[in-house]
Amino acid sequence: MENTKPMVKDNRKKIDIPKILLTLFGLGLLVLFFLPFVLVLINAAKVNRDIIADPLSMPESFGQIFMNIGIILDNSSVRYVQSFFNSLIITTSSLFLIGVTSAMAAWVLVRRKTKMSFFIFMFFLSGMVIPFQVVMIPLVRLLTILGRSTGIGFKDSLHGILLAYMGFGAPLSVFLFHGFIKSVPIDIEEAAIIDGCSKPQVFFKIVLPLLKPIFVTLLVLNGMWIWNDYLLPSLVIGTAGTFQTLPMAVMFLAGSYLRQWDLILTSVLMAAIPAVIAFLFAQKYIIRGMTSGAIK
Amino acid sequence: MAKVQEQKQQRSFGDKAKNSGMRILFYLLMIITVSYVTLYGALKFILRVVFLPVKYFSVTGYQKVLDFGHSLTKPFSKLVDAFKERFPDMSGMLEESFHGDGDKADSNRVFFYFLFPALFSFLLMVMIPFVLGIYYSLTDFRGIGDPNFIAFENYQDIFGDFRYYYSFYRTALYSILNILAINVVAFSLAVLVTQKLRIKNLMRAGFFMPNLIGGLVLGYIFQFIYSQAVKSIGAWDLIVKVFGEPILQDNMLTSGATNSLIAIIIVVTWQYAGYIMMIYIAAIQNIPQQLVEASKIDGANAFQRLRTITLPLVAQAFTVAMFLTLTTSFKQFDTIFSMTGGGPTGQVPGFFVNLFGLTTRPPVPTLDLMAVNIYNEAFAFSNFGIGQAKAIVFFVILLVISLVQVYYNKRREVEL
Repeated sequence: MENTKPMVKDNRKKIDIPKILLTLFGLGLLVLFFLPFVLVLINAAKVNRDIIADPLSMPESFGQIFMNIGIILDNSSVRYVQSFFNSLIITTSSLFLIGVTSAMAAWVLVRRKTKMSFFIFMFFLSGMVIPFQVVMIPLVRLLTILGRSTGIGFKDSLHGILLAYMGFGAPLSVFLFHGFIKSVPIDIEEAAIIDGCSKPQVFFKIVLPLLKPIFVTLLVLNGMWIWNDYLLPSLVIGTAGTFQTLPMAVMFLAGSYLRQWDLILTSVLMAAIPAVIAFLFAQKYIIRGMTSGAIK
Repeated sequence: MAKVQEQKQQRSFGDKAKNSGMRILFYLLMIITVSYVTLYGALKFILRVVFLPVKYFSVTGYQKVLDFGHSLTKPFSKLVDAFKERFPDMSGMLEESFHGDGDKADSNRVFFYFLFPALFSFLLMVMIPFVLGIYYSLTDFRGIGDPNFIAFENYQDIFGDFRYYYSFYRTALYSILNILAINVVAFSLAVLVTQKLRIKNLMRAGFFMPNLIGGLVLGYIFQFIYSQAVKSIGAWDLIVKVFGEPILQDNMLTSGATNSLIAIIIVVTWQYAGYIMMIYIAAIQNIPQQLVEASKIDGANAFQRLRTITLPLVAQAFTVAMFLTLTTSFKQFDTIFSMTGGGPTGQVPGFFVNLFGLTTRPPVPTLDLMAVNIYNEAFAFSNFGIGQAKAIVFFVILLVISLVQVYYNKRREVEL
């Protein structure tokens, strides 16, 4: 029989034409997707006159980009460096605070099975359907009045905006932690208690390290949101406040240098680059985090 | 008394069916009474607690709310008092369970202190403003001075204003087109990226990249591209032929209702498709490989495989992605705000003239979508009351969307 003959493996490389075409098509799409970035990059390295004349040509030299960066850094009303560090501090500390406080809340809500916990959990969940636009007007008023009557200024202050992010980040974070902690076996915690751990110790030494996967997801989801957020800081800090975040600085710069595309694009580039660098380093986590966060 | 006599009579008749009927009636009556009492007791309590922040702003307003609650419970005040006698000193019990010694009190303390930071910030920053917002939507709050209670006038105003319907119409139109564009692009990208190509990982990262840039920054990039870069390519003639609306000053973004809408959709699709693509990728990779192999053996070509295997099996992901894009489209703010701030002025479409009995076709901002509209109403025109009323309507719409979503997800879980 013919079939019993051992098959000879075809070692010649077959040229798969559809695959090559697909690859070319994909590359073309990639170029198309990157075109806006490229346009920003080449035009940030020009003076405004050249941009108006021909925005598509390559710049004479990329040295101009540093001149433009220098102009923005020198501008005392934009305070670029300060805004960058403000954004960095606000993002990192609110990420930390949201993560830890939401995990704490979710843990006690899972581990104490009463109607009260269920009610509070549902209460947190109901926050997920409230868009920011609905609470922004009363929030500003509430914070102003609280500051005026109690002396604790929540507006235009770091603790105010951190508290705001904690509040707005809580629903999603508590929800995700709640789902995850349910799958953590309670036996580990009981063993730790028998070994002499107090309840807070059980949480911080045993449970919190176990939450790492979902913690990373939340870091990514909340981090992207907080780093790029404009509306909340512009309202809670106030546009004429003592400090500003990076998106607010870009907004301010674009408002004060109308149609000065060289400076606007340079500032856009400077605002986008930290996120891109973070993406290059933590690409795997970011993609996984954002995707798993979407499929709730 | 009459009831008892009736019952006796029925008993003497020995009609069991009727007897049980009376019993059920009696239980029903009792349930109704009890639930009435507890409901209104609870209502009063809720009014007292929930509207506590209102007290902070106007004591008389708070008093009015409490009076309203009291007027509801007044007919049943005796029953309420009887209930209070039944459950005395609940605060004392709470006190002991929290401050006492022992495991119970200890775990209560942990429960409280662990819950407190998240719950406190959530209450202060989200829930209290939300309740206050409901109150403000019923006032003529204008940013300065005390708001006056004007009941539903704001809602009457916005529902009588054709501009608001226009804003809603534009938002709905935008959302539908956006959902279509994003999902079609994202699904095609996902199919492309899941082929066995050498550069697939590069493509995944590359398509995802625009997602990292915030909406505001993105708005400026595309403002530049539309106003400067594209005009030097000279592609407008083609677009004009396709969409039929002339492009003024070589800028698609500022010329006409259709053009600006398409311009925004292109931007948002570019930004968002990579994200939705990831959802589809996850779904496509979950398709059992045997199915694909089997269909290959049966001689199905790539297109047939896509239609009969891939599409039905990623249907779930379609629902997820659809709702995700729907809510984000409705909430779209940053990009539009920094690109046009409400958009070029255009005329209302013809059918609005007939629908609302207008004599002319008044100019309206064409990209004043709902989220932007709320912001402009409040912070550009200082109509905080009306802005808040619009925000509440916005909330109700989004609530309906998410309830439908939950319903679909539940049904899907049942099917599985």
